[in-house]
Amino acid sequence: MSILKSEIFDTYEMTIGVECHVQLATKTKLFSPADNDARDADPNSKVHPIDFGLPGMLPVLNRHAVDLAIRAGKALNAEIANISRFDRKHYFYPDLPKGYQTTQMYQPIILAGYVEAPLEDGSSVRVRVHHAHMEEDAGKLTHFGGYSLVDLNRAGTPLIEIVSEPDIHSAAEARAYATELHRLMTYAGVTHGDLYHGNMRFDVNVSVAKKGAAELGKRAEVKNLNSFRSVERAAEYEFRRQVELLESGERVVQETRGWSDDSGMTTSQRSKEDAQDYRYMPDADIPPIVLTDEEIAEIQADMPMLPGEFRDTLRGAGLDFAMTETALAITDAKVRDFLVEIAAATNGEVRRRILNWLVIDVQGKVSAGDDTWEGKQLLPDHIVQLAEMAEKNEISSNSAVTVLFEMLSSGDAPRMIAEAKNLLQVSDENAIGEIVDAVMAHEASAASIADIKAGKDKAIGYLVGQVMKQSQGKANPALAQKLIRERL
Amino acid sequence: MSQTITDIIASIQAGQTSARAEVETALAKAREHESYHALLHLTEERALQRADEIDARLKAGEKVGELAGVPFVVKDNFLAFGAPTTAASKLLENFDAPVQATVVEKLEAAGAICIGKSNLDAFAHGGSTENSAYGVTHNAFDTTRVAGGSSGGSAVVTALDIVPFALGSDTGGSIRQPASFNGIFGYKPTYGMVSRYGVVAMASSTDCMGCFARTADDVARVMAIMAGQDDKDMTTLPNYFVPTAPSKINAKIGVIKETMGDGVDDDVRHATEQYIASLRAAGHTVDEVSMPTLPLALAMYYIIVPAEVSSNLARYDGIRYGRRASGVQTLAELYGRSRDEGFVTENKRRIMIGSYVLSSGFFDAYYQQAQKARTLLMGEFSGLFNEYDFLLSPTAPTVAFGIGENTSDPVKMYLSDVMTVPPSLAGLPAISVPAGENAAGLPIGVQLIGPMKSDAALIALSGSMEVHRG
Repeated sequence: MSILKSEIFDTYEMTIGVECHVQLATKTKLFSPADNDARDADPNSKVHPIDFGLPGMLPVLNRHAVDLAIRAGKALNAEIANISRFDRKHYFYPDLPKGYQTTQMYQPIILAGYVEAPLEDGSSVRVRVHHAHMEEDAGKLTHFGGYSLVDLNRAGTPLIEIVSEPDIHSAAEARAYATELHRLMTYAGVTHGDLYHGNMRFDVNVSVAKKGAAELGKRAEVKNLNSFRSVERAAEYEFRRQVELLESGERVVQETRGWSDDSGMTTSQRSKEDAQDYRYMPDADIPPIVLTDEEIAEIQADMPMLPGEFRDTLRGAGLDFAMTETALAITDAKVRDFLVEIAAATNGEVRRRILNWLVIDVQGKVSAGDDTWEGKQLLPDHIVQLAEMAEKNEISSNSAVTVLFEMLSSGDAPRMIAEAKNLLQVSDENAIGEIVDAVMAHEASAASIADIKAGKDKAIGYLVGQVMKQSQGKANPALAQKLIRERL
Repeated sequence: MSQTITDIIASIQAGQTSARAEVETALAKAREHESYHALLHLTEERALQRADEIDARLKAGEKVGELAGVPFVVKDNFLAFGAPTTAASKLLENFDAPVQATVVEKLEAAGAICIGKSNLDAFAHGGSTENSAYGVTHNAFDTTRVAGGSSGGSAVVTALDIVPFALGSDTGGSIRQPASFNGIFGYKPTYGMVSRYGVVAMASSTDCMGCFARTADDVARVMAIMAGQDDKDMTTLPNYFVPTAPSKINAKIGVIKETMGDGVDDDVRHATEQYIASLRAAGHTVDEVSMPTLPLALAMYYIIVPAEVSSNLARYDGIRYGRRASGVQTLAELYGRSRDEGFVTENKRRIMIGSYVLSSGFFDAYYQQAQKARTLLMGEFSGLFNEYDFLLSPTAPTVAFGIGENTSDPVKMYLSDVMTVPPSLAGLPAISVPAGENAAGLPIGVQLIGPMKSDAALIALSGSMEVHRG
């Protein structure tokens, strides 16, 4: 679309703030006993009279949602308010059964914090969090030609909305922030993090201004982005759109825009002039959430390792950036804990081997959808044994991987598996010596022997290969080489 | 001959009557007094069925509840089975409740039998029951006068001895003022003593569920069943209500000066003074006290309550249940027309006021200011309760006014709540006690107010005066 030279874009800077809605992993809804998991459910089958907005119904706050918000607060490096309250945000829409959304306008539960989001060049961007508040989700409308259908399954689903400061200045940073938020919230057990089902949704506020300008430009808000890639693409698109508007002497309008993954474009939905007056007021049906420092500490004490610490641990254990980020994609906290345990308990080549196995071999398959961590037997003694066997050449590297997968699924000891599968390398000098003798006596080997004697040392590879072949891969190749040399 | 709850229970236990006979009698009286238009629906079929069940259990010697066989009436904004729950509005004309209010469930569990649903100002907005979409209820003492409101129907069925007690909701006086107008006891508990679950919400921060009865003892009996924490209403308190016998200990009572001056009818002031004299005669100490912010209470109330009303009525949009306008083209038209057809003028007035005071730019100027003033008012109450056991005022500045007399002037109508609104804003328990009649035979009530959770002592004090006046 661009008619401008890249040098012109280079004179502008974008400023981005992100609002992220995170669906909490509770069993029931925020204010009702209805099932919170409506995936694949029939429309309006997960709706309690409270969610339906029947007369006389009153909200009953789900304490589990409060606990999850407290965990989210720790993940965001934020203080938890000792007193927080719920408010009502009013507007009429058929997906909003009570005519108001219960949210926290004035006294949110999560106060200021920050997220340190890693970038691909190994640096990171620190994005401050203004606050995060609890609220309920609305239902869903499906529009047809002349009518619309209302599904209230999602109405009343607990959310936290994380509001960032405008600390983001590139599309890549926006993506990094969104990705790190997702990791933080899933590691902390706050959400299932299923992006396909909208468990996390991002609203991205983008403004542009000349680099060094004192004031920010007018911002446009792109709503309801549900993937990291769409966050990045929408930010990039908005940057270029707004720069082009300004360069052609037009103004950026403060408005809400929608994003289409298919067209790769944002389109105007609602301008600020149409902004509604939500008539916020305190919700008198819900007493304040009062939390002591002790309660908060107790809930936060029982949390898995967060991505920042996990990342530092793996880098400290010698993993490079790419491998570390691959490891961070492991969604199962037990597996991550296992990696941390291995990193702490081992060192040198054994540690390197094990981390490579788990991150490259196993997680590689898992992320490709060819395997799952579920049911894997993570026994530190076994995996260390296997690594030591490989280190001592008792088993070849390839065979070790075969044993690894067998071991992870059966829980059997590696030596037992290797023996059963006949994968142990033969290190018996007499046994290998006999094979070496036979290989060297074979007429096909004469040329290679001559080459070696003539100083072409590489030719020994053929002889070793033949020994391995004769031994069906079980010969210790180093020993085989040693014995060949002795006989030359 | 007027029968109390105590009388009915004794007769049933002694086998002199049955639950069915009591229910049939109540239904017959209700039909006999149909012209008062106190009831919107009878729940005859369900009531008789429940009466037969109770009689069968009595016959079998099984245990029955404390109120077994006692008929009662609920205000039609309580969700209850057996008839639609309309809140006296066209919006909910055919609304059949899928669940019952917690207090209805509790009373049924105690064996009480609901025989009908009483008229009210639509959505409990009003002080005369003239705002009902189904016609006005007439005063039990003078049919040309109003019943008071908004729980006018429940007051009149109790005053006419159709049932020994009836339920009401009280947001700013909706139990106490009609009790005063009909010469019976009307009780509003401490905010949080009784569950609000299953009652069509008016103003969440002041709505209280209470009752009408003809004796203080009956009030206590009913409240003992209704009281208690409800896991469906987060604002309820752990149960603390234990009915007590009238105290012999002399109480220190403060008469709120600001409620005895201009704007109060001479008849009412005179009856209140007489009541004070009898309190003194009974050995209580009565002083005049002052509450300087009290004259502002009505202004606070008519900001805070409409704000909450506008919010609580937002759910009536014609989408999921209730009245939906036909022949509409757009969503805005569907909302507008459904709500226009479903709400009465007073509902719309309060929604407009409430939306206005919550609007951006006005929230701080009105709503927040009113909440600050409310805090001051609460402070004045608690200051006085450091010195006094109870406070006293007339329940209403006038006796029941004529039907149609105040309908054209909403401010004049609102003034009828001037005495009852302050305890509502502060969440305090208050009771309207019958305190005689004017020359024309129209009843006058006196309001006794207690500190938070003083409900049992407050009801006992009102009962002791009943005894004293003999």
